[in-house]
Amino acid sequence: MVEFFTSDFVLGRLNYWFFIFLMMTGLYIVIARSNLVKKIVGLNIFQTSVFMLYISIGKVSGGTAPIFPIDMNIDPNVVYSNPLPHVLILTAIVVGIATTSLGLALMVRIRESYHTIEEHEIAEQEQEIMRKELGLAKEGEV
Amino acid sequence: MASSVSLSEPIHHVALSLADQLPILQIIIPFITAPLIVFLGVRQLAWPLAFLASVLCVVTSSLLLKQVIDGSEISYQLGGWAPPLGIEYRVDAVNAFVLLLISGIASVVLFWARLGLKAEVPERSHALFYALFLLCLTGLMGVVITGDAFNVFVFLEISSLSTYVLIAQGCHQDKRAFTASYNYLIMGTIGATFFVIGIGFLYMATGTLNMADLADRIALQHDNRTIQAAFAFIVVGMGLKAAIYPLHLWMPNAYTFAPSPVVAFLSGTATKMALYVLLRFMFTVFQPAFLEEVPLIEAIILPFAIVAMFASSISAFAQRDLKRMLAHSSVAQLGYMMLGIGLFSHTGLTATVIHLFNHGITKAALFLGVGCYVFVVGGASYEKLKGLGKTMPWTSAAMVIAGLSLIGVPGTAGFVSKWILVQAAFEQGWWIFAFLIVLSSILAVAYVWRMIEALYLASAAEGAMSQEVPFSMLLPLWALALSTLYFGLVTDITLGAAKAAASGLMSGSSGMF
Repeated sequence: MVEFFTSDFVLGRLNYWFFIFLMMTGLYIVIARSNLVKKIVGLNIFQTSVFMLYISIGKVSGGTAPIFPIDMNIDPNVVYSNPLPHVLILTAIVVGIATTSLGLALMVRIRESYHTIEEHEIAEQEQEIMRKELGLAKEGEV
Repeated sequence: MASSVSLSEPIHHVALSLADQLPILQIIIPFITAPLIVFLGVRQLAWPLAFLASVLCVVTSSLLLKQVIDGSEISYQLGGWAPPLGIEYRVDAVNAFVLLLISGIASVVLFWARLGLKAEVPERSHALFYALFLLCLTGLMGVVITGDAFNVFVFLEISSLSTYVLIAQGCHQDKRAFTASYNYLIMGTIGATFFVIGIGFLYMATGTLNMADLADRIALQHDNRTIQAAFAFIVVGMGLKAAIYPLHLWMPNAYTFAPSPVVAFLSGTATKMALYVLLRFMFTVFQPAFLEEVPLIEAIILPFAIVAMFASSISAFAQRDLKRMLAHSSVAQLGYMMLGIGLFSHTGLTATVIHLFNHGITKAALFLGVGCYVFVVGGASYEKLKGLGKTMPWTSAAMVIAGLSLIGVPGTAGFVSKWILVQAAFEQGWWIFAFLIVLSSILAVAYVWRMIEALYLASAAEGAMSQEVPFSMLLPLWALALSTLYFGLVTDITLGAAKAAASGLMSGSSGMF
């Protein structure tokens, strides 16, 4: 058992295990929690896990920071890490921030008009509205 | 940074003319106009600028289409960085055709919105509304034109984020727009994040993000688990965005509570664009040979396509509100498109592509019509629509035409696509599917009939005052309604493009679509 956990499959790929754990945690929170703030937090964790995945991809074993010497005399023996995933994830971070802020803004408006941020209470109120609409429609038919 | 490239090959500075810059202009025009509208802050200028930008987009995409209609391709390198490393925009005939469709629908909807928007969104938010509309347009066009997998994600999120806000604008009519938008935000973000995970896995296994390059490298390692996982993530992610049954739960509410011009625009373009991305990834990045190896088609796409056609048609019939009915019917219509993919043949894909186009214009017409009713009577429940066939004859006539196209009556655009779909089913010898298509069309007759019944057969409520909408709102509605008739009778353009697209897809050509 101990051997399994110290094996290359677990220890050697620890980043990816963290990625999977965080991703599942985030997704679970989004699905299971009824509080809208908690949902946004879950979504955030979910997105952050993907950042970890990308940054892990960029690692080249033995690689150094991908910065060329200023005189451009590049030593072919030096191994550089891959900078591209970092750049990509910079974009994804921006997208994540925009999504979070928009979600929170929407939530503020939801709280203003429903006076709650619990999903099941909102659902109750919406069913009430629906019932009223149907009731009106029935009266109209008579 | 440029010096690192100049080591290997010298950079040639070639003066580019405006015509060479058309692919990027397509994106830049709406993208620059959107903040311009906000910073100018003059309400009277917002609509003219937005409309001008969308018309310029139509002009550029027609010019592009003219350049590539002979089957050639344009490859535009952003910032002069050569494709496998740099970001590439790639335009070919079908691609340019989709661009023209998106910008065309945007222009028509914007033309309608000048008067029509006032009924649903207060004037103080109009400038911001148009800015977001243009950002959404930017995102949609970007997704279609780009040849870089990560770029697809970026543009997808530009369009999605602006869509969430546009849907929430329905709050002035009904506060449920907020929760609809919030739910869409959660589901859409999960979809987009799944998509990024998929792209990440692809990059892990291949080391490239350029679509053509990806296709070449994936072909060598079909049994790689990472690639298979990437495929699963991308299909589920885009499925969420495209509202494919059973991932459609955000859609009925979002479409019901969003302002009508937004829905008209989104139903005609946004979900179609997501489906287009799905097709492009399934067939040109992963290639048909890969699809044959994974049990996606028979196990997932076909059964859910059939369920969508029936379950959503039945729930569409059960609705008491025209807008809600149309939203449910959109999910059902997506079922036909998925069925076309599921048949996995040249004819099946032709049906999918042509239905993508035909259903786009049909639904855009129907939702604009809904907008006209909302403009006059303040709602679109069947109760409020009673008797409007007499007081709003022009709007209602256009609605009936578009409704017939939704059913698939001969002579309308909807018939053409369903006819080809039935042909595709017979071609495979699956007559049962052909039967099911006809059966679900009968359900469509039932739910469209409920609309016609409310409009023409019921008498108006006592003392109800209603009159026809202004001409400038009727014009775009009729333009769309007549085009459904036109594309039902003259099928050269649409069928030709769809066939070309389908053969490109089935042969898995690395050229886009």
